[in-house]
Order: sequence, then structure tokens, then C-alpha cells
Amino acid sequence: MLPVSKISGKNPPRKKDNLWTRARIIQGIRRFFIDRNYLEVETPVRIPAPAPETHIDAVPSDGWFLHTSPELCMKRMLAAGYPKIFQVAKCFRDKERGTHHLPEFTLLEWYRTGIDYWEMMNECEDLILFVSRYLGLGERIRYRGREIYLEKPWIRLSVKEAFRQYSPASLEKVLEGNHFDEAMVCHIEPNLSCEKPVFLYDYPVSLGALARSKKDDPAVAERFEIYMGGLELANAFSELTDVNEQRIRFSREQEYRRGLGKTTYPSPENFLDALHDMPESAGIALGVDRLVMIFTDSDTIDDVVTFTIEEL
Amino acid sequence: MYSASDLKKNLKIQIDGDPYVITEFQFVKPGKGQSLYRCKLKNMITGSQFERTFRSADTFQPADLQEKRMQYLYPEGNKYCFMDLETYEQVYLTEEQLGDEKSYLIDNLEVEILFFGDKPLGITLPNFVDLTVTKADPWVKGDTAAGNSKPATVETGYQLQVPPFVEEGEKIRIDTRTGEYATRVKD
Repeated sequence: MLPVSKISGKNPPRKKDNLWTRARIIQGIRRFFIDRNYLEVETPVRIPAPAPETHIDAVPSDGWFLHTSPELCMKRMLAAGYPKIFQVAKCFRDKERGTHHLPEFTLLEWYRTGIDYWEMMNECEDLILFVSRYLGLGERIRYRGREIYLEKPWIRLSVKEAFRQYSPASLEKVLEGNHFDEAMVCHIEPNLSCEKPVFLYDYPVSLGALARSKKDDPAVAERFEIYMGGLELANAFSELTDVNEQRIRFSREQEYRRGLGKTTYPSPENFLDALHDMPESAGIALGVDRLVMIFTDSDTIDDVVTFTIEEL
Repeated sequence: MYSASDLKKNLKIQIDGDPYVITEFQFVKPGKGQSLYRCKLKNMITGSQFERTFRSADTFQPADLQEKRMQYLYPEGNKYCFMDLETYEQVYLTEEQLGDEKSYLIDNLEVEILFFGDKPLGITLPNFVDLTVTKADPWVKGDTAAGNSKPATVETGYQLQVPPFVEEGEKIRIDTRTGEYATRVKD
């Protein structure tokens, strides 16, 4: 490894080590999926109709939009007969900027037919362990002054149980009062900085517009998020393949958007058509910048990219 | 009117009729959830602090704050009297409101006073203030054992480290932002 140093001249100060680690992480990700016979794909960045999710805003681009995630195009590929696909994609979300957010960021998405969200958890454990070893770090890493053990199995904690343990108000109460996000940020997330990564699973169905609901409990979506060292890293679903249900979910999201005075998007009809042919699958989006933050022990996303939006 | 996306550290806003300064700020957005703005706020009148999380749709009034140039007159009990040089209006600030800044108050010093409505909240000193040394050990030439500085007291009672050559009765310039000696001043 090179010593920690700054990029010289007029360029912003950035730890050179972090950019080397970033490149190695992306190379490791590719190696992992290629070894498992996944097809690497590139789907268009500029699309006519992003998924209408209430709290994700797309950047307009000459009448169309920059994708907020490659999800819809990748699911069309599942429907077209590609059973295992992955993509490392630049994505764009309007007005998201903070120590863990950039309006332009890098997502790793992968999809696999024939598995559900529970089996997807195993593949997440395998991937992160593989990347850690690829970096020469092994099964224990240090992030924000604490050790994280990557040995399998990681912690599996349901949203309901998390609220029972950490929230002063029950999940039902919080949903009723429309304070789920605040409760997550103030009461749940601060407790997820555990010695192992955490799969927080089984979200209320209203919070996963593209996730399949549980057979025995339609109010719960088969969705999980990964938290590593307290940092939210990835979001996964058993994918919803019921086209009628998907239409209802999308129109509900459009309704919420309208209510909040936000732009509504055209209905993604080609995606909805493809759902007829989409096999049962699980899919996941993982924030590559945040993964680099963890492996480089960085406090801010600014430290793991070449340039932030303010520096352009 | 501010919106939530204008919030940042040191912004001053009005909540329930009181002025607050944002002392800590963080943008967060839990997965698939909404943008939230976590703030630590300090009441500029009482000094009390609390945390609050705002949503995108929340709006805020800017705190009705203004600065006025005034002159320091004299202490009165544990209060300090200042006067507006144009209107001759006088206001009082407490020892608590002034904090360490009272170490630099000498007669006729002009300062900026921060007002919320007609309520004075605090002062901003000039960056440099000249004060007379009232107590300092004499300088023994060639005495290197004393090191590069020695303690001294100025006319307000404030104590600081000064170079060995500074003598009693001399005037020195102090940087009010750091509280440190800057230079000697010849009248």
C-alpha cells in the first residue's frame, strides 16, 4: 500500500489509499460474481420512467430521467431469460447530500432467480467475506473504533423485534403515527452498530414498493437491509412478480408523491409487461461508496470518491 | 423563511418565539424512507440545548437578530452597561451573558451587541484590544532559564502569558479570539 497522502495541485485533498482500496473492492466484486457465473450487464442510465417510489427523486434529463437504480431494466433482463446478473452502476438521486449521501453514487445490484430474500442473505455474507479477503483483511475489520467480525452467520433481526428491543413506542404505534423514519433514525439505527453485520428484515409492506409480501402475513414485505458498523449498506427483496399487485403499489406511491407536491413519473409499462414473464427472484442494491467507507474506515463518503459534487 | 434543506450548522432560526442556533447538523435518509434533518439546537437566550429531527416539508422563520455598535460604560453589580452612541440608549448584559469576553472590557471600548428584538444576547469584541499591563515580573537580561514567556496581569484583571521583555505599565495588544498576546503597543 502507498502511504497516506494527498492528491497534489489544484485537485481536492483525497486519501490516495482510499482510491486504491476502492478500485480493489470493485475488482473483488467482479471476481466474486464472475466466479459464480453471473453475467455482468450494463443497462441504460437515462430512462423514460423511473420506479415511482415516494421518497426517491429522479434527476430530469431532457424529458426523461437519470436512473435512481438499475432495478427496472435488470428485472426486465430476468424476464428475458438471464437468471443471474450483476451490475456496478452510477445512480442519481436528487437532493441527497450528507456524510453518507451523494446525489451521484455507485450501486452494486445483483439478481438471481430461484431464491428468496432469506437465501440472498447467505450470498451477501459470502460476498463481503470474499471482498475482505481479496483486500487481504480477513474476517475482522475495524470501523469507527470498533471491530466488526465478518464470520458467518451474521445477526438476523426482524424489524418487529428491533422495535420491541430499542424503540420506546411499538412498531404499530409508530406506523400509525407516521413516524417510522424518525424512529429508525433515532432509536433503531443507533443500536445496529454490533460486533457483526446485521440483517434487519421483514419491513412493513408499505415500505417496499417492489417487494413480495409474506405468504402468511400480507402486511409484511420480504425485504432486508444490511447494517455494518451501524451504517446502512444494502437493501434486498424477494421480488414482487405479481403484476396486478405491482400496479396497485405503484399507483399508491404515485398518490403519495402527488400528496407531497412531488413530480409524478410516467408508468413504467414495459417493466410491468415484463413482470408476466419474470420468475421468482431475489435482488439487492448495495452502496459501493459506503462499502469503501467501511473498508477504509472513513467517516464521510467524501473521502472515498474522486470528486464530490461541490468540487466540480 | 427557510426550508429544511437550508438547515446547516450555525444557522439561527426561531422556534416557539425563541432564537436558536444550530450547533450540530446531519442529513439522514433511512432506506426507502424520507430525507430527515437531525439538528442539535441551542436556545440563544437560556443556553439550553435539545435535539430535533425535521422533515423536508418543515419551514422555519429566521431568528429576528441584529447587531448594534455600542460603547462599554461601566459595571454595575454583576451587570455591565453599554450605550448606543447615536441614541444614548443604554442596555445591560449580565456576567453570564458576557462569559470570558468581560476580560477585555475597558471604558469606552466599542463592541457589537447582538439583539433579539430589543433583548441583548451577547457581544462581539473587536479582534484586537489594547490593555495596560498592571503586573509582570521584571525582565532580567540574559536570564534564559525563565523561558520564552512569563505571566502578566492587565488592567481588567485578565492574566496571560507574555514575552519576557514586556514590563509593567506598558500597553499590549491581545487577540480576543484566542486570548493571547499579539504585540506591544507604543502610545
